[in-house]
Amino acid sequence: MTEEDFLPGGDRFPPTRRSVIEAARSIDAEEREHALEALCAAYWKPVYKYVRWRWNRQPDDAQDLTQGFFAELLERELLDKFDSNKSRLRTYLRVCVDSFVMNEEKAGRRQRRGGNVLHVALDFAGAEEEFGATVMDPASIPSPESLEEFFEKEWVRSLFALAVEDLRELCAARERERTFHLFEAYDLEGSEKSSYDQLSKDCGLSVTDVTNALAWARREFRRIALDRLRELCDSEEEFQREARAAFGWNAK
Amino acid sequence: MKFLSDSALERLRDGAEVPDLSGTRYRLLERIARGGMGVVYAAEDENLRRRVALKVLELPGTDGDLANRLIREARVLAALEHPGIVPVHDVGTLADGRVFYTMKFVEGRRLDKYIESVESVPDRLRIFLRICDAVAFAHARGVLHRDLKPPNIMVGPFGEVLVMDWGLAKILRPEVSNAPREADPEVTVFEKTMQPAIAGEATDISVVTGHGTVMGTPGYMSPEQARGDVQHLDARSDIFSLGALLRFLLTGQPQVASVSGGRSLDKSLAAICAKSTAASPAERYPNVQEMALDVSRYLDGLAVGAHRESIFEKAARFYRRYRFFILLIAAYLVMRVGILLFMHR
Repeated sequence: MTEEDFLPGGDRFPPTRRSVIEAARSIDAEEREHALEALCAAYWKPVYKYVRWRWNRQPDDAQDLTQGFFAELLERELLDKFDSNKSRLRTYLRVCVDSFVMNEEKAGRRQRRGGNVLHVALDFAGAEEEFGATVMDPASIPSPESLEEFFEKEWVRSLFALAVEDLRELCAARERERTFHLFEAYDLEGSEKSSYDQLSKDCGLSVTDVTNALAWARREFRRIALDRLRELCDSEEEFQREARAAFGWNAK
Repeated sequence: MKFLSDSALERLRDGAEVPDLSGTRYRLLERIARGGMGVVYAAEDENLRRRVALKVLELPGTDGDLANRLIREARVLAALEHPGIVPVHDVGTLADGRVFYTMKFVEGRRLDKYIESVESVPDRLRIFLRICDAVAFAHARGVLHRDLKPPNIMVGPFGEVLVMDWGLAKILRPEVSNAPREADPEVTVFEKTMQPAIAGEATDISVVTGHGTVMGTPGYMSPEQARGDVQHLDARSDIFSLGALLRFLLTGQPQVASVSGGRSLDKSLAAICAKSTAASPAERYPNVQEMALDVSRYLDGLAVGAHRESIFEKAARFYRRYRFFILLIAAYLVMRVGILLFMHR
């Protein structure tokens, strides 16, 4: 084996980005704003869907509350109070959402906020469509566990969706669109009946090529998702806990 | 952005979990188990055309605690070539950045399952002695196991006993390592990264577990290990675990049951268990050989060092040991008396 074989990453594993929590505590306003944007990109959909489900708010109201929540996160520097030793970031955010919605309710406020501080494109129409497609029992009474479970699932969905988009861009940059197409057909849209054999026939490729392409795409997807996740965590311990939760390693 | 359905999430999770074996000589077969350190798969070594067990971390990276522990475990196993210790074949980093090692694929049953089919106490004790052999060998090489318990012992189809899962091993002496100890230009980047995990190791374990960090299994863990006193652990800590293991083999429980029930334990065996699981290390057997010797003496019908026998117990043991000859002599005497009585009638 050569040294290259043992390099812990090389160009395959770029250095991880700075934690958004750390960046959010920076004295540099621009850095803080970028951190909030990264956080917002990963969490706005779970927050929106959570407000829709948990607080039973209409789409317009949920949109305002979602934007208002992220604006408040920045204005009141709520991330400064987060301690990864005491709770998970997403649990902390969920609790902050709850108290934000309650406060807004008490104050009888309903104002459109956040537009001037958030520079992340929030596709609420798409989120609403997704919310409609989410299978939920309307008769179920939300328990603390189910609230956490719902928020976690939506957070994983959001994280994976961002990683898939990054993978699409990576494939385009490396002229591997066909690889992404295979990944999309098998891992994103496939069913139990899907097979490498069928996919190879459909695409006019050998089974080995399909296998190799999917192995590459999964490896990259995994790397990107973990990289994004690491950015959202405050410590290595939190990252490991969250990775286990996101990839379902605790349950299996 | 594309909406990911629940089934797509599951497929992404499944796909992301599978280790990327491209560029290796292994072909993935199936997942066998998941543990605290990672996942174990059955794989085929395509060069040698044999089945191996591949243990791989869930997360990429070669510089984390878990990666260090996995590589240290592989190197500990490599240094412990013994029929009772699972042999390691290979260690490295996969294309997806995850550290892995491969070892012999053991087709057998965990001790706690296997023992259900072994009724006889002597047979159970013979299995225990084979475990002692492996642990004594490791101690002689300066390695403590620190997590001896039934799920970490495998019994193969031919009765071979293998001590598994050396992830918590503590290295007492550096000679167990085959890794170079001085700066060596030939050493790979990987090896340089991993050296802290195994070389310089006389007291290194605190790097991994940290002083005060409790790692082990309740019921089988010595009191000093449970206190997190890792700096002062020695062979007697494993002897405590062996005592709990022996008690499990004999009664089905690692500790003395608070309520009566289950198998009753012979006084000599109970004394061996009690001595090896004494709260104070000073009151335990000083080494595994002495413990194994006591068990062997019991099997041979001799007095064990852990128990001072009464005259009645001595007589009973003497009878058990020489029962055949005693019965033979008794039969001869009865016959002689019978003949004499018959002749004087």
